[in-house]
Amino acid sequence: MGFLDRFLKAPNWGVHPEDHKRPAADVALRILPTPERVYMPLSQHVGGAARPVVLVGQKVLKGQLVAEAQGNISAPIHAPVSGTVSAIGEVTAPHPSGLPFKAITIDSDGLDRWIDAGVLVDPFAAAPEEIAKLAAKAGVVGLGGATFPSAVKFALGKRLKVGTLIVNGGECEPYLSSDDRIMRDFAHQVVDGARLVMHAIGAAEALVGIEDNKPEAIAAMRAAAQSYPEVRIRPVPARYPMGSDKQLIQTLTGKEVPSDARAAEVGVLVHNVSTCAAVHKAIRLGQPLVERIVTVNGGTVATPGNIYAPLGTMISELLAFTGLKETPSRLILGGPMMGTPLLHDRIPLVKGASGILAFDAVEAFVPEAGPCIRCGSCTKACPMGLLPLEMAARIKAGDLEGAEAYALQDCISCGCCAYVCPSHIPLVQYFSHAKGELTAAERTKLRTEATKRLAEAKTARIERENREKAEAAARRKAEREAAKAAAAAAPSVAAEKTEGASA
Amino acid sequence: MLMSVGSLAAMGLTLGSVLGIASRYLAVEADPIEAELQAMLPGSQCGQCGYVGCAQAAVALAKGEAPVTLCPPGGKATAEALAAKLGVKVDLSAVADTGPRIAEVTEEICIGCCRCMKVCPTDAIIGAAKQIHNVIREACTGCSSCVDVCPTEALSMAPIPVTLQHWTWPKPMSAAAAVHA
Repeated sequence: MGFLDRFLKAPNWGVHPEDHKRPAADVALRILPTPERVYMPLSQHVGGAARPVVLVGQKVLKGQLVAEAQGNISAPIHAPVSGTVSAIGEVTAPHPSGLPFKAITIDSDGLDRWIDAGVLVDPFAAAPEEIAKLAAKAGVVGLGGATFPSAVKFALGKRLKVGTLIVNGGECEPYLSSDDRIMRDFAHQVVDGARLVMHAIGAAEALVGIEDNKPEAIAAMRAAAQSYPEVRIRPVPARYPMGSDKQLIQTLTGKEVPSDARAAEVGVLVHNVSTCAAVHKAIRLGQPLVERIVTVNGGTVATPGNIYAPLGTMISELLAFTGLKETPSRLILGGPMMGTPLLHDRIPLVKGASGILAFDAVEAFVPEAGPCIRCGSCTKACPMGLLPLEMAARIKAGDLEGAEAYALQDCISCGCCAYVCPSHIPLVQYFSHAKGELTAAERTKLRTEATKRLAEAKTARIERENREKAEAAARRKAEREAAKAAAAAAPSVAAEKTEGASA
Repeated sequence: MLMSVGSLAAMGLTLGSVLGIASRYLAVEADPIEAELQAMLPGSQCGQCGYVGCAQAAVALAKGEAPVTLCPPGGKATAEALAAKLGVKVDLSAVADTGPRIAEVTEEICIGCCRCMKVCPTDAIIGAAKQIHNVIREACTGCSSCVDVCPTEALSMAPIPVTLQHWTWPKPMSAAAAVHA
């Protein structure tokens, strides 16, 4: 990529925040000692929550199925440590509301004994469906943050005849380096996982998009992919939100995903580098998704870096492992741009958690919002080509339909608009609020329709019952009358007989 | 002269009778607004408005005989929608909006009498004689018909619990507004 090329191809959308990735990204990966107790939530993915298949008091091995997938879009949950199931109850969800959700608590026996699992001898000789089935069984979900069950995506890619797999190594969120670390330390796993995914979806090539602020990862991945010409490593300019699928697809292939379509409909499918590594582990080693690399970073963290930890570990334990210089002013799960604010640290690590940020007062400072000066900075920054200022003005006035007319549903909540706003207007917060309200309104509408159907069904049932009762009554009456008539006829017949006899 | 008078009179008579017949046979029976209003109402026919069902309430609304705030299960949202449809201004501050509520059975005191099941307009209560009854949350419309018939006051209306799926981000407020609120 020449200098001029770089200059011309630089994207004209997005923002370039200071990345704060180093020094955390350069610290060698640390392995968390097995925690005494883990809390494995039942819904760590998009779709239906998993259903527990273990009982309290039951002994489980690491990697053993503890909750099975429920419904078409769902994922199973496996034990991240070996030990005893001590409770099936509620823990606080990694969600801004701080509401609880169901989780299985497992007390570790400290031995970390893996369950024995058979592996495919040659996965490339197996049917593509077999790969998808094994990935689904291992509970692999999109680890970039979306946590969509990967096997469902494989099936979609196969059906829509996707030609190109895009492996997302963008990791554009500041502070995070878990994907960077997995590419540096486990490049062969990522490349092999990408080839397995290619086989599963029937793609002919894989493009690995890595932001050019991660030269070590690019070098490691190039070395790992050397003998596989179909896996191409493609550095992309470091610009937020490069890790968003639509932006990465456009940068790598020049194709733009239409507003109401999915990426697969333009012939590409995007999978995160960590997801590829998880697919590798599931197929080659028979290990379900029970551990992940998580970045612990932020101003209050004493030794920031990446940690390999079992899922279900309390965030407080991760923070205790890295040490804290002071009490964090703000805790975030994920990146600073799109992450979820956490109310406290008694929250378990989930599949989609790429980072935990413990910010100090300076980093967490939110300036007071001023009035919109209509400078248009947000429209230039918006990677989706929307008009954030127009949408926010309408939402502020309570006109949600008006905001919808400005394509609110295309907003990817990347936060570029709020980041560049010189008046510090919380633009993306307005959009999140409006999207939630519109979904709620849609739900209410569906509910009203369902109510009507139920009320009609009840009326129909009552009518039917009344009719049946009336019919039954009529039938009984007819029977009674027939019997009466028969009884009345019987003596006369007898009389006739006697008459005949006497005659 | 006579010719023109006669022809015009004949035309008037025929066209008049055509119009007269047409007005009788092609009459629009229902006010179209009634159907629209009925679609906005919950449709559970609970009768809390004082009318027999939602259709009758819609007729009364269309005639202007009933206030837009007539529907207790619909709450503030329905009142607002009805007011917007009918083009009337209404003071909604008087409407106590406690948010949507649904019925809940206190299991300790339910005697399994089956009365609530019979009055539920959407069959949202399950149970059998002398068995503890329960409410199917998804099917309950919050009409509170069951509360009135329960002999042991085991039924009560409770706000719908907020779950992770239902939670929405609040509207951002400036620090100054937050202090006033």
